[in-house]
Amino acid sequence: MSDMKAIYLLVPLAPLAGAILAGLFGKQIGRAGAHVVTILGVAIAFVASLFIYQDVAAGNTFNGTVYTWMQAGGIDFEVGFLIDSLTVMMMLVVTFVSLMVHIYTIGYMSEDPGYQRFFSYISLFTFSMLMLVMSNNFLQLFFGWEAVGLVSYLLIGFWYERPTAIYANMKAFLVNRVGDFGFLLGIGLVAAYAGSLDYAEVFAKAKELSVTEMAVTGWPLLTAICICLFIGAMGKSAQVPLHVWLPDSMEGPTPISALIHAATMVTAGIFMVARMSPLFELSDTALSFVLVIGATTALFMGFLGIVQNDIKRVVAYSTLSQLGYMTVALGVSAYSAAVFHLMTHAFFKALLFLGAGSVIIGMHHDQDMRNMGGLRKYMPITWITSLLGSLALIGFPFFSGFYSKDSIIEAVHSSTIAGSGYAMFCVLLGVFITAFYSFRMYFLVFHGDERFGKAHDHAHHDHHGDHDDEEPSADHHHGLAPGQKPHESPWVVTLPLVLLAVPSVLIGFFTIDPMLFGEWFKGVILVGDNHVGLRELAANYHGPVGMAIHGLQTAPFWLAMGGVALAWFFYMKRPDIPAAIQRTFKPIHTLLENKYYFDRFNEIFFAAGARLLGRGLWKAGDQALIDGVAVNGSARLVGWVAQMSRLFQTGHLYQYAFMMIIGVFVLLTYWFNRG
Amino acid sequence: MNFVVPDFYPAAAEIFVAVMALVIMLASTFARSVARNLAYLLTQATLIAAAFITIFTMEGEVVHTFSNLFISDLLGDVLKLMIYFSTAIALLYGRGYLADRKIDKPEYYLLALLMTLGMMVMVTANHMLPMYIGLEMMSLALYTMVAFDRDSARSTEAAMKYFVLGALASGLLLYGMSMVYGATGTLEFSGVAQALYNQTANQTVLMFGVVFLVAGICFKLGVVPFHMWVPDVYQGAPTAVTLVIATAPKLAAFAMAVRLLIWALFDIAEEWQMMLMLVAAASIVLGNLAAIAQQNIKRMLAYSGISHMGFMLLGLLAGVVEGDRHFALNAYSSAMFYAISYVIMSLASFGMLILLSRAGFEAENIDDFKGLNKRSSWYALMMLFVMFSMAGVPFFIGFFAKLSVLQAVVAAGYFWLAVLAVVMSVIGAFYYLRVVKVMYFDEPVDSSPIHAAPEVRVMLSANGLAIAALGLAPQALMSLCAFALLRSL
Repeated sequence: MSDMKAIYLLVPLAPLAGAILAGLFGKQIGRAGAHVVTILGVAIAFVASLFIYQDVAAGNTFNGTVYTWMQAGGIDFEVGFLIDSLTVMMMLVVTFVSLMVHIYTIGYMSEDPGYQRFFSYISLFTFSMLMLVMSNNFLQLFFGWEAVGLVSYLLIGFWYERPTAIYANMKAFLVNRVGDFGFLLGIGLVAAYAGSLDYAEVFAKAKELSVTEMAVTGWPLLTAICICLFIGAMGKSAQVPLHVWLPDSMEGPTPISALIHAATMVTAGIFMVARMSPLFELSDTALSFVLVIGATTALFMGFLGIVQNDIKRVVAYSTLSQLGYMTVALGVSAYSAAVFHLMTHAFFKALLFLGAGSVIIGMHHDQDMRNMGGLRKYMPITWITSLLGSLALIGFPFFSGFYSKDSIIEAVHSSTIAGSGYAMFCVLLGVFITAFYSFRMYFLVFHGDERFGKAHDHAHHDHHGDHDDEEPSADHHHGLAPGQKPHESPWVVTLPLVLLAVPSVLIGFFTIDPMLFGEWFKGVILVGDNHVGLRELAANYHGPVGMAIHGLQTAPFWLAMGGVALAWFFYMKRPDIPAAIQRTFKPIHTLLENKYYFDRFNEIFFAAGARLLGRGLWKAGDQALIDGVAVNGSARLVGWVAQMSRLFQTGHLYQYAFMMIIGVFVLLTYWFNRG
Repeated sequence: MNFVVPDFYPAAAEIFVAVMALVIMLASTFARSVARNLAYLLTQATLIAAAFITIFTMEGEVVHTFSNLFISDLLGDVLKLMIYFSTAIALLYGRGYLADRKIDKPEYYLLALLMTLGMMVMVTANHMLPMYIGLEMMSLALYTMVAFDRDSARSTEAAMKYFVLGALASGLLLYGMSMVYGATGTLEFSGVAQALYNQTANQTVLMFGVVFLVAGICFKLGVVPFHMWVPDVYQGAPTAVTLVIATAPKLAAFAMAVRLLIWALFDIAEEWQMMLMLVAAASIVLGNLAAIAQQNIKRMLAYSGISHMGFMLLGLLAGVVEGDRHFALNAYSSAMFYAISYVIMSLASFGMLILLSRAGFEAENIDDFKGLNKRSSWYALMMLFVMFSMAGVPFFIGFFAKLSVLQAVVAAGYFWLAVLAVVMSVIGAFYYLRVVKVMYFDEPVDSSPIHAAPEVRVMLSANGLAIAALGLAPQALMSLCAFALLRSL
């Protein structure tokens, strides 16, 4: 087993080494050196993950400690690995997408002065994410959780001269703090009541915890733990109402939008809940909470995708919506469907983001879809891969997205848990919305009239709503000059697109059997007897081909087709209709434009409230009490005593001698009084 | 009674230093210009040679000679080595300072050597009489050195105060010794210990004597309320002499405390521990508070020294708890570690004052350190090390010194004392950090470049770096202290 341990260690440490080399010695090794070492590190991690995959497929799992950091209060703080089917799947997804993004970045960031820094960050991210997924205990999970949050913060603000980027990374940081607060409370409850941070030990006590009540409040303990942990997941996986940071995170460079804000980091919450399935299964209340939050996110974030004009933001809202789907799957105990969707989504969403990035390169960093159109003939590879990605996203039969999304919808359909009716409505309508905005984007970008090359005044920024008065910095948003044509991106950009398109299309077909209905997740993901999960679906399942053919006759397929048709009609045939609708339903459009006023509410209520509270504490608590009484007061007292003590030092010899005699006298009387 | 020729071998270093003192006295009769350098070089050579003699005659076990008046043990050897070392460095730092003020007479070095001899006698005394003789030998030399700048009214006043109060303290000590003799019938430390063990001593007389002994020790350590001489003498004496007073004699006083209290009076430890507790608490409080009000850095360092000696006593007073002697070795070695660390820090701090002084200018106010970073960032860094270390900032040697005595105090169960000490050292951090602040954030009042002999620069840098290095690796020195005590007890 020890030789495997070395390979387990190699997986996170190889990207870490790359990050350190590129980050600290970026100047010395140069631009090429930076991308070589980081790509090498991630490639090693990917190959090692493949090797581990084979080992796990052969039935060898591992759960053990590699390093004990400290022991305190009977709790061990350790670095350890839990290598099982869920872990190895995540490792493969993370390292593969990361590798693709690394290669892609060579092309995308080629002109950026922060080239080495960028590579260092994304390798560091890969390390952190791997530590998160490979963890066998809550402490390391939290470490990875915070570390990916940190890198996300750094990368959103990668272009730190832009005020919007700084605003966005601050926002992401603060919103994630809210989620992390819940997460930390959850971990604290686990540590307090289970007396351990090790997954296996905590899961072994799950039954015992489920009948415990919390001290003082009398709340059911396990529900509280699950909801607290899920609040953490809501922050990281951008679920309503903690989703507000994700659309703004698009301020970062596109490769990290693909890697962090679509494929991997944002799915950490989904992964965590799936990992904690032995806990969540024992609390129906928590599951219903998860379900309702997920369903709301799935539908309402989809609506917002319709009104966006920035190509990246459309993809961002679609990510939010798809994360909602995964959360819904968690809520109906279809954990394996959630993780399955996580995997397929990682591929096609990374593909869509990188495709969008390729378009952005072609458009010379203009991101407004209203300035695009007809790119099909200029960027053929980008076009075809984006089409494949979009089809996967809307769940077209035989594409990977179909298998995962349909399984979720079926699982919701058969679920009986509270809130499943609402969820069913949301996910079905969501299919239509997804198809509509995806193909709205597809048609606007790749088909129709060529609208680029005209004089335009950076209009793509005007929908930001809360900060539309800020000047976008010219060097990143210049767009095409009049008469200039877009061109296909270099091979380092298109190669990852092609390599990602393959799994986007195929992976669902080939993996649905073992992952959803087979033995792959046996013993890793637990579904209680009182929950349906995927059992009903499994009973009616007759292979991937049968499922796809059956899919052609079901409501989701026709809803999706309706969405595509409507998008074609609106944006290809009659572009005047959307404008008319927009005029007619002005209030609704305004509501969507302003993202349901979440940002406004947060700013007025939380931000201003926090500032008010902070000001109050500063004035009354800090300035008056701590500074005034405690600090300055004690300093004044000390100063006074110090001055007094000087008075004793008169300089007169007889007084000095007198002091000594007094001293002897005091010592004598003290001793003799003691007897 | 037959006269038995004593074994001179264990006392070889003392005899050598005494002979060399006579040689230097002869040498000082040469022409002034020659004698000055000759005396200095001979003194340094004597100290180095004495160090070698001490190392080569080191037995590793306890040896008595001169009819049990003299004891040679590892504790004494380690302390003697520290004394040579700190005296040599102090003379090295002070030489240029004395020359600038035209007071570098050969007799100065003679006195310094006699002072060293006195301290050596104290360290190796196994009897109250040689202890007292050593103490007087050291003190008389120091009084003279304080008054060495005899045209300075401040110096002579300081010397006078020091002399009168020192005489008073000697009187107290002698009185205490006579009481102990009255109670136990012997002046030899082991004899006193034996009498206490047999419980044949008259308790009342004994306690009376112990109070006076403690008073005498406290005077030499300079702790409250026997500290009144410290600020005045530190300020009044020429800085080179202050440097001498503030370093090696503290080690000698520590040795005196160990020999008298632990070697002789260990069986009544809980009695004198109570007295030391009062004295230590008062010193830590008063030393730190009064230092805040000082503008003169020599006075500030004097008060800081008072509080440091209070901290050192924390180690001495934590040895025996309710008859349990398990803590003793740990506690006493922490005190010894504290004393040695203090001497190293003190050397560097006064060395910095000498470095900044020059002919016609005394660096003695905190303002003189203003903007030192602009004048010389290297020495500003060294001073920063010293100040951080004295304040007890991790990871400098002063931090581990404080940590180890506090551990000893906590192990002994005196939580209130530990809390008091920590609170006061936080308050004390203020005046150390103020020096750092003026060095780095204030504009220099005087921007003249720093002149110093190359050997002073090298030694001062080594001294500052040692404070940092020993802070990173304090274990060796700590083990040395523990080992020396273990082999000597």
